[in-house]
Amino acid sequence: MGYSEKILDYYNNPRNAGSLDKTNANTGMGLVHVPEYIEVIRLQIQVNPATSVITDAKFKTFGSGAAIAVSSLATEWLKWKTLDEAAQIDDMYLVEELDLPPAKIHCAALVEEAIKAAINDYRAKNGLEELKFEEIETGFEA
Amino acid sequence: MLKLPVYLDNNATTPCDPRVVETMLPYFTEIFGNASSRNHSYGWAAEAAIDLAREQVAALIGADPKEIIFTSGATEGDNLALKGVFEMYADKGNHIITTEIEHKAILDTCKHLEKLGASVTYLKVNSEGLPDLKELEAAITPKTILVAIMYANNEIGVINPIREISALAKKNGVLMMSDITQAAGKVPVDVNRDGIDLATFSAHKIYGPKGVGALYVRRKSPRVKVIAQMDGGGHERGMRSGTLNVTGIVGFGKACEISLREMEAEGKRLSILRNKLEAALLQLEESYVNGSTASRLPHVSNISFKYVEGDALMMGFNKSIALSSGSACTSASPEPSYVLKGLGLGDDLAHSSLRFGLGRFTTEEEIDYTIQTVTDTVNKLREISPLWEMFKEGADMTEYY
Repeated sequence: MGYSEKILDYYNNPRNAGSLDKTNANTGMGLVHVPEYIEVIRLQIQVNPATSVITDAKFKTFGSGAAIAVSSLATEWLKWKTLDEAAQIDDMYLVEELDLPPAKIHCAALVEEAIKAAINDYRAKNGLEELKFEEIETGFEA
Repeated sequence: MLKLPVYLDNNATTPCDPRVVETMLPYFTEIFGNASSRNHSYGWAAEAAIDLAREQVAALIGADPKEIIFTSGATEGDNLALKGVFEMYADKGNHIITTEIEHKAILDTCKHLEKLGASVTYLKVNSEGLPDLKELEAAITPKTILVAIMYANNEIGVINPIREISALAKKNGVLMMSDITQAAGKVPVDVNRDGIDLATFSAHKIYGPKGVGALYVRRKSPRVKVIAQMDGGGHERGMRSGTLNVTGIVGFGKACEISLREMEAEGKRLSILRNKLEAALLQLEESYVNGSTASRLPHVSNISFKYVEGDALMMGFNKSIALSSGSACTSASPEPSYVLKGLGLGDDLAHSSLRFGLGRFTTEEEIDYTIQTVTDTVNKLREISPLWEMFKEGADMTEYY
């Protein structure tokens, strides 16, 4: 299957699998499923409203071992980051960390989408406007 | 002692039976002659070995030895049968009838023939995996030259009503071809009783060597001919040129002989093990057998475990159980098994499927181990599946299934 040892490790010993209380105003949930792909990825964050720091993160994922691994990795990265920092987690970092095979790179993009959806879900619950996440224009041309 | 990984992919290929290997060995070094060499004893010995193997292969399917053409395997046989009939019977017509869930060796060959002017009807199958015989009969036209329907499906093990299908073909003066690769040696196949005019199969599915197979071509009522697809020395009565793979063919013959002799007892043994495995895995909630269970090979079970993904399932025991899933995750947008989709399964259910293919060397201990391992893996993945949680909470799952 050509998966890296790291992917196998996350698959065999998933970190932060589980659920947070959806009804708690301090949690936010991102549930991502797009028709082209089979994966269904759910990330949840628990936020300290005073500091905007993510104090807990959980995932549940339907998909390949790679999808499970990248979701689990993301929850580790989310913990103890501020919401602003969390919003900057780029899918390419996830791809590189796990050495995702080309056929699974989309899993990281779905996880990035789930992170942003979770942040916005938390903001919406707390009366804050939705953030628009757009790719940053740098003017850089390859 | 349990040897891991447990091998449950016997529909893909089987190990050579040691009795087969033993029979083959002298033909590598001592009896190495070319069966076409007519002038010396090396050639005669090889020819005698081929003659015996041809009898053994023919006996497995109730054919006459003269009706057996040795090939490199079922894929070559499928190609030779379809292309050879298409060319041979061009004056009569250009229409072929098959089903959507045939092996790729049939489907891709049909696609190729379509480019050469063939018209092909791909019959749909129902949720059991069976074609509608009324649709089949309605599809027959005066231009129809061949009905090509497999004896038993490689992914779900479902056995087609071949006798009824061939009767419809015969009634309309159409040839009946069947890929019997999965059925031969596993369940009784008899080309006369079953009304088959052309049949293909291979040695490596019945504990023989890889790279050898046979095409059966009926010689009497009707006398069937195919145009050779490989030109050369005119071997195999001109239908398949190329020096005969004597060693492989000897092994194929032995494999057929053993399978014929042991089929009944082995079929019973395997169906007991298969049923034990299936009953235990169906204890898991939301698990379903794919395809008909009424008419099925004794050693096959294809089960979908809803709310877990096949690739992840496979990863859970890729060191402990060797089998196939309906999920072919080699590309970013994996296409799940076209066979399961043909049965009407949604993508997600097709992805969540496992094919268990038991074989001659499968033990009860291995089945017990498999039950435990698969059950644990499904449970573990459901623990972390958002779909399972939603299902358990009674959510509307229509977006996903």
